[in-house]
Amino acid sequence: MRAKLWIPLAVFAAIVALLGVGLTMDPERVPSPLIGKPVPDFQLPTVGDPERTVGPADFKGRVFLLNVWASWCISCRHEHPVLVQAARNHDLTIVGLDYKDKRADALDWLEQRGDPYVVSAFDAKGKTGIDLGVYGVPETFVVDADGIIRHKFIGALSRDKLRQEVLPLVKKLRGSS
Amino acid sequence: MSRLRRWTLAALLGLAAVSVGAVAGPPVADQPEGLRQFDSKAQEQRYWDLLGQLRCLVCQNESLAASQADLAEDLRDEVYTQMVDKGKDNEAIIDYLVDRYGQFVLYQPPFEPLTYLLWTGPFLLLIIGFTVLAVVVRQRRRAAADDGLSDDERARVAELLETESDKDKGA
Amino acid sequence: MIPELGNVALALALCMALIQSVLPLAGAHRGIAPWMAVARPAALAQFGFVAAAFAALAYCFVTSDFSVAFVAENSNSALPVYYQLTAIWGGHEGSILLWTFVLTIWTSAVALFSRSLPAEFAARVLGVMGLISVGFLLFMLLTSNPFARLTPVPAEGADLNPLLQDIGMIMHPPTLYMGYVGMSVAFGFAIAALLGGRLDAAWARWSRPWITVAWIFLTCGVALGSWWAYYELGWGGWWFWDPVENASFMPWLTGTALIHSLAVTEKRGLFKSWTVLLAITAFSLSLLGTFLVRSGVLTSVHAFASDPSRGIYILTFLGIVVGGSLLLYAVRGPSTLGGSRFSTVSRETLLLANNVLLVVAMATILLGTLYPLVIDALGLGKLSVGPPYFNKVFVPIMSVLMVLLGFGNLSRWKQDSVPRLWHHLRFAAVGAAVLGLGTAAMLVSDWFTGKLLMVGLGLVLAAWVVITSVQSVWTQLSDKRSLAEGLRRLPAGTYGMALAHIGLAVTVVGITMTSAFNAEERLRMAPGDTATLSGYTFRFQGVDRVQGPNYQAARGSFIVTRDGDPVTVLHPEKRRYVSGGKPMTEAGIDARLSRDLYASLGQPMSGEDGGWSVRLYHKPMVRWIWLGGLLMAAGGVIALTDRRYRLARRQRSAPAASRHSAAPAGSG
Repeated sequence: MRAKLWIPLAVFAAIVALLGVGLTMDPERVPSPLIGKPVPDFQLPTVGDPERTVGPADFKGRVFLLNVWASWCISCRHEHPVLVQAARNHDLTIVGLDYKDKRADALDWLEQRGDPYVVSAFDAKGKTGIDLGVYGVPETFVVDADGIIRHKFIGALSRDKLRQEVLPLVKKLRGSS
Repeated sequence: MSRLRRWTLAALLGLAAVSVGAVAGPPVADQPEGLRQFDSKAQEQRYWDLLGQLRCLVCQNESLAASQADLAEDLRDEVYTQMVDKGKDNEAIIDYLVDRYGQFVLYQPPFEPLTYLLWTGPFLLLIIGFTVLAVVVRQRRRAAADDGLSDDERARVAELLETESDKDKGA
Repeated sequence: MIPELGNVALALALCMALIQSVLPLAGAHRGIAPWMAVARPAALAQFGFVAAAFAALAYCFVTSDFSVAFVAENSNSALPVYYQLTAIWGGHEGSILLWTFVLTIWTSAVALFSRSLPAEFAARVLGVMGLISVGFLLFMLLTSNPFARLTPVPAEGADLNPLLQDIGMIMHPPTLYMGYVGMSVAFGFAIAALLGGRLDAAWARWSRPWITVAWIFLTCGVALGSWWAYYELGWGGWWFWDPVENASFMPWLTGTALIHSLAVTEKRGLFKSWTVLLAITAFSLSLLGTFLVRSGVLTSVHAFASDPSRGIYILTFLGIVVGGSLLLYAVRGPSTLGGSRFSTVSRETLLLANNVLLVVAMATILLGTLYPLVIDALGLGKLSVGPPYFNKVFVPIMSVLMVLLGFGNLSRWKQDSVPRLWHHLRFAAVGAAVLGLGTAAMLVSDWFTGKLLMVGLGLVLAAWVVITSVQSVWTQLSDKRSLAEGLRRLPAGTYGMALAHIGLAVTVVGITMTSAFNAEERLRMAPGDTATLSGYTFRFQGVDRVQGPNYQAARGSFIVTRDGDPVTVLHPEKRRYVSGGKPMTEAGIDARLSRDLYASLGQPMSGEDGGWSVRLYHKPMVRWIWLGGLLMAAGGVIALTDRRYRLARRQRSAPAASRHSAAPAGSG
């Protein structure tokens, strides 16, 4: 039975095909299990005013972006101008989550670079970050009017990504609400 | 090998075994102050065993037990809180983390439809392997029984071979 | 100047490699002797040019020529010379040059030691190895040139990754590469056999020493890697089933299967087709490993910086080389009919079972390593497959293998019987059970946990293998002469086999003991504090500042005593390298065959008392793991000294007339 001699080649071909596909993927990207689930509730002090607290419940009825950032985060510096512009030009509601930061540093940073956030929650210990499945900064969640997480962007948002992915999604969610 | 040799060998090996036993005593420890306080040694062991099974998400393939990354430290704290302060069992803690980070955080993939092939694969491969082995062995054995001669012919061949060898010895 | 010369050398090497492959292969096909004869000189010339390139890169490192991008990325003027040289393989480009250099070493060895092979066959082997050289040289020249320049020239280099500034880095990659790349020789032999349509016991006899040497290097390479990870990473682990570790272990398993399969093919002319397939597979796994480390497809602590274009190139190369060889196998593979017979209970069957188990083990590791990729590629999610999975599936397979090993040690070729085997093995079986379980019972304090079973299993299997291996030598002694005389007359192969099998048992003992009885404490200690672990008392003396050649360190001192008697002083360090980066941990280890005492520093803790977070370990018999590896390698070396390989040399030095009339040495 000579047919069996072709089995190794067939197996190998499958492996090569798999590896070829693998080259196009990113092994370190961790997809979020929270998509389609309600955004975890939290009640944190704000960066601007420690006496005031804020949480996702405050934004019920609105589609908003939850952007996890920090003053020590290098990639965030690339992303920040994009957010500032987006908030201004596109009427986007962006809520910030300042992750494992120092209040003074955070305020300085926002003052220097602009503040696109409606408000920034101050997550000093990173506990809320864990609830959100944050593993790298920056990360951006798109939350619909019912408080359900619809998408998670990992890494800095570029202008292209904003235009091609974020804005259409927000528009769609706003339209359906 | 003679019986005496066998028993000598056994004695030598026994001696080796005893010396192994002597040097590897059971562990005993009492510490000044642990970095984290546990209810018992067993719980501490459970803590570290569990951490060894969880993945550090920001590392290049390290466990939460080994990694020095910030997020790993945070997650170690979180697991401690769940286990010691809230008294959760391993399954509950795993669920807690998987709810937030997905299956990726587990180094031992769960046994579910997605991973049936992974867990049964080795077993299936063994079955295939040994089936092939059985087939090959049967083939070779059948070949042994069938050399194309009848009993009479086989007897004649044996006779001829014997007379030939007698001739050689003579020469 | 020198970098340019190095670049030219690589280009010339490529020309030589092309000549070495195209002409001899065509010549073998057409029967043109002068073309075939080109292989040998071309191979040696290729070696010369690649060696020159390697020397040129070494020169650039030693003179800290930061105009060469690779040197700037991996070196530093404060780096000690021996690490500057080691840095050659500290990054992707240089390690590919090392790969190619090692390949030319093997090719030259084949060129020089193949005079007893038929011209056609030798030409094909060298031709195939030349094709592989072509692939790697092209790879360097097109995508990964170690001599690429950097402008503007930086004043100082980035430095060799501190994790790599270690003796492990000096020894592990070259040894591992000698093994990895050595599999290409077996590959060459297999392809040559398929191309020539001649596959017989002689072929097996020629291949065997080459695959044995490659296997010896691979065994040492894997063991070195494990040992290095153990003391370098600071948390006492010695194997993590990381994709790159798996990438080196799979060729080893296949190589071990190949050695055993070759034994059958050589002695009994059986399993020829299977042996050829194994040879192709072993080298394919080497290439696959090279791909996995550099493509960024899988996450690993060992991975080089990835670049999609490199990944595509290697994958294409892999596809052509392995795909081509498997196609050749499918089309030209020898039929498996005919050949000798053997009964159900025989050494042949047991060796076949050995192969099944080793190949299944290899396939299982491949499955576990690639499964996350499969799931991700299909868009079904993201999984991790880690040590818990691999340990659970690997241990049972190895356990069955070790049981059968005992039978294999004493089995007869062609025809054996269960009663006969049992008669010879019953002593070993009982002895192993008593020794193993008895020792386990003495060591495990709590008999009602799984621990007794686990330790018992490991020790019983190890004892079983040791006893039967010693028996395998014993039973071959002829009683007529004195013991010493009998031992001297045994072929080296018998000793080699026994020693290698014993080496496996030693490794298993080490793994069993260290896994079961490993003791660990993580504490906060201030100077003057003591902690007790497994009867040893560790007293923390505090931390000093020390200066190294290119780092500053906080050096801790732990005085270790046992029952009041001083045992040792441990000096773990926390180093900050001049080139920056995270602080590095260097463990303080007191190493003995019976146990390791291991201390590592965490961070300084808050509080006035100068306290530090520390980790203390007691690891019984962990060194046995690598000792076993060394014994396995030693067994291989001894097997190589077997008389029949010396026979080949004797025949070669015989007068020319008899050499031409004699068949190739292998059939003697």
